[in-house]
Amino acid sequence: MNLKSRHLLGIAGLTSEEITLILDTAEAFAQISTREIKRVPTLRGKTVINFFVEPSTRTRSSFEVAEKRLSADSLNFTASASSLVKGETLLDTARNLEAMAPDFIVIRHSQPGAPHFLARHCRSAIVNAGDGAHEHPTQALLDAFTIRQHKKRLEGLRVAIVGDILHSRVARSNVLLLRTMGAEVTLCAPPTLMPRDVATLGARTTYHIDEAVEGAHVIMMLRIQLERMQSGFFPSLREYAQLYGLDDRRLALAARDAIVMHPGPINRGVEIMGDVADGNASVILEQVSNGVAARMAVLYLLAGGGEDAA
Amino acid sequence: MLLKGGRIVDPASGRDGIADLRIAAGKIAEIGEDLKAKDKEEVLDLAGKVVCPGFLDMHVHLREPGQEWKETVESGTRAAAAGGFTGVACMPNTHPVNDNRSVTELIVAQARLRGAVAVHPIGCVSKGQEGKELAEMGDMVDAGAVAFSDDGKPVATAQMMRRALEYSKIFGVPIIDHCEEPTLVDGGVIHEGPVSLRMGLKGWPGVAEDVMVMRDILLAEYTGGHVHIAHMSTGRSALFVREGKKRGIKVTCEVTPHHLFLTQEAVAGYDTDAKMNPPLRPDQDRMALLEALANGTVDAIATDHAPHHADEKCVEFSMAPFGIVGLETAVSLCLDGLVHGNVIPLPRLVALFTTGPAGVLHLDKGTLAPGKDADITVLDLDREVTVEASQFKSKSHNTPFKGLKLKGAPILTVVGGKVIHDAR
Repeated sequence: MNLKSRHLLGIAGLTSEEITLILDTAEAFAQISTREIKRVPTLRGKTVINFFVEPSTRTRSSFEVAEKRLSADSLNFTASASSLVKGETLLDTARNLEAMAPDFIVIRHSQPGAPHFLARHCRSAIVNAGDGAHEHPTQALLDAFTIRQHKKRLEGLRVAIVGDILHSRVARSNVLLLRTMGAEVTLCAPPTLMPRDVATLGARTTYHIDEAVEGAHVIMMLRIQLERMQSGFFPSLREYAQLYGLDDRRLALAARDAIVMHPGPINRGVEIMGDVADGNASVILEQVSNGVAARMAVLYLLAGGGEDAA
Repeated sequence: MLLKGGRIVDPASGRDGIADLRIAAGKIAEIGEDLKAKDKEEVLDLAGKVVCPGFLDMHVHLREPGQEWKETVESGTRAAAAGGFTGVACMPNTHPVNDNRSVTELIVAQARLRGAVAVHPIGCVSKGQEGKELAEMGDMVDAGAVAFSDDGKPVATAQMMRRALEYSKIFGVPIIDHCEEPTLVDGGVIHEGPVSLRMGLKGWPGVAEDVMVMRDILLAEYTGGHVHIAHMSTGRSALFVREGKKRGIKVTCEVTPHHLFLTQEAVAGYDTDAKMNPPLRPDQDRMALLEALANGTVDAIATDHAPHHADEKCVEFSMAPFGIVGLETAVSLCLDGLVHGNVIPLPRLVALFTTGPAGVLHLDKGTLAPGKDADITVLDLDREVTVEASQFKSKSHNTPFKGLKLKGAPILTVVGGKVIHDAR
């Protein structure tokens, strides 16, 4: 079995079988990262361009490690070093990248739909590494992988996602993935940071974190950005922490053995208290490790690796 | 010239029937049955076709001066002629903006030299379109301006709108408002709803239009001025306009074909040719606009013809300019969707393109009464056409209707008694 699309533009459009395939494949790749020689020849001779038009350290590093462990030749093309700041259009930049005949372009961009734009105009396989407030599919995949490691399943789990849902690509991709896999999702945010039509995604909503976490098997906290306060979405980080911060008391409302997740970077003392982030329930650093395996699986399958296995 | 055997639809006189129409010296000479051709008179056999007063598009962007790579007065008016329009009113957001007599005169002069159809300039409400000081409306009216608008932007403040509605009463011309409350739109690029949520694009909620429409209607009532709502896109706005008209307030409105025939779903796949301002709305708004056409709330169908170069549209969705071309698709879209689609009868559609806009702009146009300018649009209700953007006379091809098959088309355009487009 293989993926239907030659690109990974989002979770939207993936079937539950495809998601399961990626997660199962990631399982195999997770083993490689525990070996002494952390490298397989799978993508030898393939070229991957990490085209990051928005600053990102962890996602780019994670892709880079994944590419190196698959023996791909990878190079980084970042906004500050690129000609985009000189006024070149995305199309012209993409054509220049294509002229180097890469097999993959991994793109992070502040504009929703930028990966789709590339997919229309490029021959390479495109991997969305986050496009504005739209999607961040590899994050949702690594999150699902992490949940599955702990809970052995996704179907029927109760997942609470708490924070700035309105601007979060992580939330969108996670809702799509978790709903496709049969999990129950509750979104929690102040009304100003909750999209109006969120019910159309099949998630429950609440403005009260206690309701969201009560009985939850998984709690995902999202990073709150200071600039949202400056644009009037909420009055202060202090009040946000009081109303939406995850502390021990709130965590105690969750199911026994609930896990706490965060895509990072965390704001200690704002959306998550330090003792929760560092506590037994936290799997935040496991998410980072699993990111490498999930991205290896995506690159492997897009390169057609699934056919060999079949 | 004698137009023989066509079905003459003239909403101004209520005429709808087969008759002959004679043009002499650029004017309508007579309409009657079995008119005999005079010596050497050209005769056009229009049996089975519909002869209407010349269609008027009261909302286009001709881009001249300043953005001639997108469109010019020449190319835009040729597109108009090909689309069945004998006249257009052009918006003032050119470079420089049309906020003074010299720019108005330039447009009028270009239209006289190179224009295929009549061009009626719309001047800016405010100097520099900045919403701070009134532009010299009197001077621009003298040069040929027929209305005022800061289109592309709303009239910025309630106070500026009040002054504009008051001052324009000297000349009896409307203030045309592009209704969006800017702090609510706040950089939105498509309708705020399930589609913007799924696509991660910033939403432009319908209520941002409604708030502004209500402001304008209240100010029109208070001042006695005439406000015209441009490219109305929501059901609630239509409701407000209907209520305003019932109360005798001078409020009129137009809708575009794209808001009548497309919904927010058209932007799926991040198609920048479906990006326009106001954005495409949900189906319930679209249905409400169709209802507003049928119940008489809407005065005119206007295209908001907004040409952009392909390179300008071939960028990330949020960075692409708003707008689509409309002059060469509007009439076929409306014949297909509204007349063949049984939303409104043909005479009502003709009125929305003739007496409607002419009434809003107080133009002595839009009728086939003897003595009037011989501006005529001839339709073939059965002609099957496919939208081929590459064949457009417009310099720009940004349309979401590419490849669409439609029934009904304009086939002959006559301006001042001269045939300027013939696709019989």
